Amino acid sequence: MATEVAGAHGHDEPDHLAPYLSPEAGRGVKGWLLTLDHKRIGLMYLISTLLAFFMGGVFALLVRLELFAPGRTIMSAEYYNRAFTLHGAIMVFLFIIPSVPGALGNFVLPIMLGTKDVAFPRLNLLSFYIYIIGATFSLYSIVTGSVDTGWTFYTPYSTTSQTSVVSMVLGVFILGFSSILTGLNFIVTVHKLRAPGLHWKRLPLFIWGTYATSIIQVLATPVLAITLLLLAAERTMGLGIFDPALGGDPILFQHFFWFYSHPAVYIMIVPGMAVASELFATFTRRAIFGYFAVAMSSLGLALVGFLVWGHHMFTSGQSEWATMLFSALTMLVAIPSGVKVFNWTATLYKGSIELTTPMLYALSFLVLFTIGGLTGLFCAVLNTDIHLHDTYFIVAHFHYVMMGGTVMAFVGGILYWWPKMTGKLYDEKLAKVSWLFVFIGFNTTFLIQFVMGSKGMPRRYYDYLPQFEIYHKVSTFGSWLLLIGFSICAFVLIKSLRSGAKAPPNPWGSAGYEWQGTESPPVMQNFRETPTITRGPYDYHLCTDEELFDGFPEDLKK
Amino acid sequence: MASAHSDHGHGEHGEHADHPKFLAHHFDTPEQQFDAAKFGMWVFIVTEILMFGGLFVAYLIYKGQEPSVFIEAHQRLDWKLGSVNTIVLLFSSLTAALAVRSSQLGKKNETTFWLVITILCALGFLGIKYVEYSHKFHDGLLPGRYFTAHLPEHAHNGHVLPQRANMYFALYFMMTGLHGLHVIIGMSVLGWVLARNHRGDFSPEYFTPVEIGALYWHLVDLVWIYLFPLVYLVG
Repeated sequence: MATEVAGAHGHDEPDHLAPYLSPEAGRGVKGWLLTLDHKRIGLMYLISTLLAFFMGGVFALLVRLELFAPGRTIMSAEYYNRAFTLHGAIMVFLFIIPSVPGALGNFVLPIMLGTKDVAFPRLNLLSFYIYIIGATFSLYSIVTGSVDTGWTFYTPYSTTSQTSVVSMVLGVFILGFSSILTGLNFIVTVHKLRAPGLHWKRLPLFIWGTYATSIIQVLATPVLAITLLLLAAERTMGLGIFDPALGGDPILFQHFFWFYSHPAVYIMIVPGMAVASELFATFTRRAIFGYFAVAMSSLGLALVGFLVWGHHMFTSGQSEWATMLFSALTMLVAIPSGVKVFNWTATLYKGSIELTTPMLYALSFLVLFTIGGLTGLFCAVLNTDIHLHDTYFIVAHFHYVMMGGTVMAFVGGILYWWPKMTGKLYDEKLAKVSWLFVFIGFNTTFLIQFVMGSKGMPRRYYDYLPQFEIYHKVSTFGSWLLLIGFSICAFVLIKSLRSGAKAPPNPWGSAGYEWQGTESPPVMQNFRETPTITRGPYDYHLCTDEELFDGFPEDLKK
Repeated sequence: MASAHSDHGHGEHGEHADHPKFLAHHFDTPEQQFDAAKFGMWVFIVTEILMFGGLFVAYLIYKGQEPSVFIEAHQRLDWKLGSVNTIVLLFSSLTAALAVRSSQLGKKNETTFWLVITILCALGFLGIKYVEYSHKFHDGLLPGRYFTAHLPEHAHNGHVLPQRANMYFALYFMMTGLHGLHVIIGMSVLGWVLARNHRGDFSPEYFTPVEIGALYWHLVDLVWIYLFPLVYLVG
């Protein structure tokens, strides 16, 4: 683990009281690439995951464009298979899974805990480089023939496909280790590095959510690792474990794969919920209703998430008893999810709601996640699922959860912590315009897919019957609105970096720990002196005017 | 977490004066750093067990499907060599634990001695494994499509294995291969600990790498404890 060698003892000793973005905190390219600072590593994750989002987004646009009209529109069926596979694989493994924990978690978690860094800073940097190596393998696979198996790599097709499956699978295998090490680091940090006075019942809900996510990452990802290793061995050595010709069973691959990939759904959504909790508290100016229930529901999701993988396999030849059991267990997921949704709604009630852009994203999250969650129940019911399985209904369902949920929360979180991360303010008015495009674009793209799917349009098909054309056209049109929305959002952030006004320490007037006693951007060791926590993160009634002041400290004295 | 409070209170008095060289800047006390490192290693061990867990599950499923084939196939393994390897690994766990003990007491040379013995045991294990593997290769007992032990030229005491026995050897090689890889990783970790011990980095106040290196080595041992009866003693 080698935690004992701290950056502080290196040759170019960084100044721990300099702002972390300044050259005094680490000079030039080396100061970034070899940094042990969680904030710099967080920013590097942010940039890489946003690049992955861009790449995955381009493939999504290409897929939608191909489906604009029946028959061939812009690419052949072979390239279409590759495009949707890459869209899925990039979005899942390179973007969503590392997005909130890697970028926002790395930046915010230690500051919220009132500590100087994560427990193992070198391991943290290592996990970033493992991410980069995994991403390089995936890119190599894309360049050398790409993958056409779908992001799920189902056998036996993935063991016989002529595309470069092995390098993609190894890439995902490596990315898994990055995810495991980040999770491990966060678990230890939460247990061992909390500021004085920060006991478990005072932990911000972002920490609870990230902590629950880390547990899933640590417990589920190793199973994916062994599955992908077996798949790679199957392709290179003809191992036979998933090959019926050699006595193996392809269904076993599905069991193994979903044993990871269903919990992975919670690796993706629980951090989104974690961010949303912070946004709701700050922009309603009150404590999250049912704090303890919301905190425990994150752990509840982590637990239940391990018991429901079979619901991906209702039509794959499981026994009837297994399908019934998994169907019943799947409905349990609605309980912790419901706890969260109802408590957030109760938080809004009589809160002093401020409709800033991050709050608009949080509200979108609440609405879209609820739609995504409720349509999930349709799929949990066995007889309904036989009809809906592998249709666009499923596609719409998980996009409402993954994109309507996590991506909305992620963008909201980026905007919310942007002033802290960069020390710059952004253009609220333009950001609201971009939100409007994203929200309308998202619903235009995906709401109609529920209709299309329930009418029988199968997912992943290259061609379709004429009666589905209008739905596909509307959906593709929606994807262009999303493109416009995210482009404006990117413009807002770049403009803020170039010419944004200087941000005060607490521009939102939040009671959250990360806004107290830190500068924007924070100094290298986060706090000038170790904070002592004397109140909960949402105790607005206990805050002084100084703590909630949203301007510069010197203006308060006037 | 009452102890964390007092730890912090203690750390704030003299951030630099009180900070020993081995203590990273973001920890307040050596105890906190030690606890974090040890806890981190335990969490990592959990991930390793889950990774091997996948293979164990696959093994149990296929053994359940074809018990007689698995029993017939496992007779081709040399349980005597397997037992020797088990003893070698168990002994190396003892010496690893003794290395931790001696470094806690600040006996540098003794620590070196126990670490060297542990690494030698690991090498011995790999040597025996090499002998076993080369027998298997020679007999055509290879995984998946390279399995040829069902052909007449590989008859053993007059009879051949059914072709379905390939599954047993696919799992055998995946499980022992992955375990062997862990032996090599564990050896490298202990080698790094040995080098640092030689450099004089450790003292009764600071022996974290010895402790977590030994902890990792116990994991390597633990996996084998389950692996050995499963693949060598199924009959």
